[in-house]
Amino acid sequence: MAPLLQVENLRIELTTRDGVAPVIDDLSFTLNAGETLSFVGESGCGKSMTALALMGLLPEKIGRVASGKISFDNEDLTQASPARLREIRGNDISMIFQEPMTSLNPVFTIGEQIAEVLRAHQGLSRAAAWAKAVELLDAVRIPNPKGRASDYPFQMSGGQRQRAMIAMALACEPKILIADEPTTALDVTVQAQIFDLLSDLRRQTGAAIILITHDMGAVAEMAERMIVMYAGRKAEFGPVDQIINHPRHPYTKGLISCVPHIVSDMTEERPDLVEVPGIVPSLKDFGQDRCLFASRCTYVTDKCRASRPEERLFSDGQIADCWHAEDL
Amino acid sequence: MSKTLLDVDGLTVRFEVKRGGGWGKKSYLYAVDDISFEVKQGETLSIVGESGSGKTTAALAVARLVSAHSGTVMLDDDNVLEKQGEDLRQTRQKVQFIFQDPYSSLNPRKRADSIVREPLDNLSEKSEDEKTSIVAELFEAVGLRPEQMKLFPHQFSGGQRQRIGIARALATQPELIICDEPVSALDVAVQAQILNLLRKLQRDYNLTYLFISHDLGVVQHMSDAIAVMYMGKIVEHADRINLFTSPRHPYTQALLSAVPTVDRTQRAKQKRILIPGDPPDPINLPKGCRFANRCPIAEARCSQTEPELKQFDQGHKVACHLV
Repeated sequence: MAPLLQVENLRIELTTRDGVAPVIDDLSFTLNAGETLSFVGESGCGKSMTALALMGLLPEKIGRVASGKISFDNEDLTQASPARLREIRGNDISMIFQEPMTSLNPVFTIGEQIAEVLRAHQGLSRAAAWAKAVELLDAVRIPNPKGRASDYPFQMSGGQRQRAMIAMALACEPKILIADEPTTALDVTVQAQIFDLLSDLRRQTGAAIILITHDMGAVAEMAERMIVMYAGRKAEFGPVDQIINHPRHPYTKGLISCVPHIVSDMTEERPDLVEVPGIVPSLKDFGQDRCLFASRCTYVTDKCRASRPEERLFSDGQIADCWHAEDL
Repeated sequence: MSKTLLDVDGLTVRFEVKRGGGWGKKSYLYAVDDISFEVKQGETLSIVGESGSGKTTAALAVARLVSAHSGTVMLDDDNVLEKQGEDLRQTRQKVQFIFQDPYSSLNPRKRADSIVREPLDNLSEKSEDEKTSIVAELFEAVGLRPEQMKLFPHQFSGGQRQRIGIARALATQPELIICDEPVSALDVAVQAQILNLLRKLQRDYNLTYLFISHDLGVVQHMSDAIAVMYMGKIVEHADRINLFTSPRHPYTQALLSAVPTVDRTQRAKQKRILIPGDPPDPINLPKGCRFANRCPIAEARCSQTEPELKQFDQGHKVACHLV
């Protein structure tokens, strides 16, 4: 079966004061129907940019797709007209944003905002769209959906707002749902509810989910495959369980071990956390012909500083972009 | 056994609210409602809970940054809440605060060294030379370079700013440091650096931390004892191993089961306990247990009488009728 979405050698450039920087540098991946794919990395690594590129929402005049292809259902989205992209957005690909408070319109009720999507994309009448909006609120388990549909965003709790966002994103039954850090602003118990909801909805509608996050725990729980991004490049790609058990890229390794996890065999002793020293390089250092992680890496050798690592392929499609991947 | 440094008893913080009173009657929101806990010298007590549970308010009250309604906060057998004027200023030297957001908690118009120096200027009577050498020492202790002293906050990264915040908290050699979500605004890799630094400083200076966080992974790593708060009340209080391996309160169990984990055996073992709905309205609190409306095992009496925090074995305290 052909993949639902295929991204090939995508390069996205941002124009900054220091010149043109490749925020996404030669990224390729595929997404199959009904699958959850996760993007992981620190802030400033290009996770959200990838999502915006898929939606055709790159910042105007600043960002552009420099080369590469995004094929969705055999259609290249990088060549699509703005009108066509408008059709695709919401209908076929939709997105849940990080901050439900700032991404909902404060002066319209939740019901109106969901109904607007339906009227714009599916040409429903006002009444029909409202009825569907209530139905959707029910589907995302908001209690008393009829009454809550006429609530404004400020009258809802953080978890409910995020549910309303999900309802809006699912209104036209998209084939791909992009969730950009959907739970970072929420409490853990609410996060668990949202994850549960997303998994259920995926099962019911068969939509593929792209989950953008920095939480390895969330990835392990939700996704089948993951892409670790670093400084605009793919660091590692492959099945989630396999990568967590045996990361082949030092950055992946660092990301997993630098977070204190709740483990099953807890002991009195608490060793120091493994640090990944330093921070993500700034945009002007992106795109150089060397390993961009080298300055923070403990396995670094001269080769890493001299040239960009090539892809190394391991079993089950695990790919790591590191000169020392075999030794890890 | 080390001595008890901080002993909080029956602490209550309430805020006046506009709605709900009627006829000129005042109505109050009890953000922190009659909580008691103690922290031993050189140890870390974490207060965990969801947003709105009152954990930050409790910490602010201990530091005298909001005023408490009733209760006592004993620091070294001295009631902090009764201090006034010069006495209070002296006490402030002993309790310092590390704030959540390193971007808004540093004055953008001051240079790094004068930010770190500020508590010394305000609270101590040290000479200028002494202050300068203390600041230099602190910069080294938190891993900043001496040439960075004259920079402004915007020239630092998030992790470095949090290091400045930590240096500032250490300046007066406090006995108790309150860390209010010190890493939640930072990237995961930087988080590890700051957590390691906090633990190193604790070892080196024998510091006592009151650690506020909602991230249970971080709490597990940092604390010796943990108090779980829900709607202004402590519902469970235990040492680290006990709380994480055998949580007893249904809220704690739900909270722990909600944390996503990379450990596959842990994931298979833990069955996610979903707690539906939202917390009750903090102004019109229900009569019985505050968790009763979301609790998976609630009985009739739970919505009638409020459970007290009862002591079980090994200092494990739980507020639930059904334990």
